[in-house]
Amino acid sequence: MFKRVLVANRGEIALRIIRACRELDVQSVAVYSEADVDSMHVQLADQAVCIGPASSKESYLKMDRIFAAAEITGADAIHPGYGFLAENARFAAICESSSITFIGPAARLISLMGDKASARATALANGVPVTPGSDLMPDAETALEEAKKIGFPVMIKATAGGGGRGMRPCFQAEDFIGQFQAASSEAIVCFGNGSCYLEKLVLNPHHIEFQVIGDSHGNFIHLGERDCSLQRRNQKIIEECPSPLLTPALRARMGEASVNLIRNINYQNAGTIEYLVDEQAENFYFMEMNTRIQVEHPVTEEVMGCELIKEQIRVAAGEPLSRHVLESSPRGHSIECRINAEDPFNNFAPSPGTIELWYAPGGKGVRVDTHVYSGYTVPPHYDSMIAKLIVTAATREIAIARMKRALGEFIIRGIKTTIPFQREIISHPDFINGTYDIGWVARFMTERTK
Amino acid sequence: MSPPPLTPNHFATVELQEIRRIVELMNEHSLTLFDLTKKDFHLKLKKGTDLDDLRGLLASLPAAPVPPPVAAPVAVAPPVAAVPVVEAPVEAGREITSPMVGTFYLKVAPDAPNFVEVGTTVSIGQTVCIIEAMKVMNEIKAEQSGTITAIVAEDGAPVQYGDALFRIK
Repeated sequence: MFKRVLVANRGEIALRIIRACRELDVQSVAVYSEADVDSMHVQLADQAVCIGPASSKESYLKMDRIFAAAEITGADAIHPGYGFLAENARFAAICESSSITFIGPAARLISLMGDKASARATALANGVPVTPGSDLMPDAETALEEAKKIGFPVMIKATAGGGGRGMRPCFQAEDFIGQFQAASSEAIVCFGNGSCYLEKLVLNPHHIEFQVIGDSHGNFIHLGERDCSLQRRNQKIIEECPSPLLTPALRARMGEASVNLIRNINYQNAGTIEYLVDEQAENFYFMEMNTRIQVEHPVTEEVMGCELIKEQIRVAAGEPLSRHVLESSPRGHSIECRINAEDPFNNFAPSPGTIELWYAPGGKGVRVDTHVYSGYTVPPHYDSMIAKLIVTAATREIAIARMKRALGEFIIRGIKTTIPFQREIISHPDFINGTYDIGWVARFMTERTK
Repeated sequence: MSPPPLTPNHFATVELQEIRRIVELMNEHSLTLFDLTKKDFHLKLKKGTDLDDLRGLLASLPAAPVPPPVAAPVAVAPPVAAVPVVEAPVEAGREITSPMVGTFYLKVAPDAPNFVEVGTTVSIGQTVCIIEAMKVMNEIKAEQSGTITAIVAEDGAPVQYGDALFRIK
């Protein structure tokens, strides 16, 4: 087991990792920007190293400073969390060529599955269904011919995109050339790579992802699914486990496909395979794979009775997955709300500032993962998520009642948050009936403004 | 709250009574911070906030078992021709702070002279020290000219971004 783990991240996930380390009797090192000096992850780590000014580019994305921080503190492993350097193959490779272990999959697998086009090809080659689509298109005219073959509507996707960005739908042939050229230009600006491919656009699908994990002892398993269809502008706001849509048969097919994929590519450590599932819950299509821990991992932890961060650390240290994880089975239902410092009544404008009063909900089956506290100032430089509220109960019905209760108890004064918006969704008949899809939030918001 | 530690010299210039009076004034007017810089001394009095209390409490939590101390870095290699150059920002004209994370060295090799000493006049772009990271010796250059009044960082010790390296005037 490692002696000391450097946490190359900030906010709630940094605190999450530090807590897991503490329970494993492993020392933790926090790195922080000057804007995060008062953050709880800095206070609770065993050591902390300042790595730069507020801007992420000059701090949390600075590979050399983070690596140097590991060197001077004698850390023997680095946990990258999610975002920032978590899916940076070069950073993983730098660690691989040193004596510091990167807690995650091999750098070559981050590359392989990080590129959208090669991930699709890998899925296809390993028997995982993919949405009918194309290879990278050399120009708009070739792409148009391909789009006609696939059949409209299609999604134009940047191969270097991710996290919900770099995608553009096209519903008819007349608009296609213009849309394709615009998508390419945007991709160059955002990702430095303008190459695009096409995918059939599955209408009103559910976004369902499978948690997978492998170790160096030949164990490759899945830990069930999460339904993350409630998204605003491709950013998830509420997630749940299990999905209200899946039948046991479909779950079994998707689980088997996911495990085969990671076994065949020898994927060790945690990952998530994202799928689109059609409304009839008959077909599933591979979308992408995230070669890291996800924000919404807690709902899986609650239902499957496992601790994913600890398993990540154990796998990276060469240990096998815990017995109870290998033998786990789902129990109950869990829902997570991502609490963001945004004003839902003002187009979700970011709302940084000082939290004058913070009272988090409690009681049975309530878990709050946060780095925030009364008196904390939310800095404007980073993403707006300040907490994750996770509730777990024996049934989905009770979980919904519990989430309503917990959101109602949550007091955050001084900044605006998305809590009122999430309260509306949780009480909505479509959510209660489980009949929401990826387009639901956008439609709900249009209805609200009428 | 407590006043900063003062050397015996300072009692000649700042009476303890004066400090007590400042504290009384702070309490009277509900002030939380008093910061005074004069030619030869700097006095800062800060009232504890909930945050400081929390930090103090957290600092007293038992840490995970401490592994044996990390071995000191091995002998510094002579600089290669193309050594990366990093600008060191000067904070408020009084400090040269570290622009990176690594190990601070006053000289390029154990038997070499220090780049600067107290009293050395430096010009913009002059190398003041080395910070080593990932086996690379980075020359740190002064961003302002002036005279070194103090060497703050410890030779061979780790430094983080923003740590004071030298005082300069």
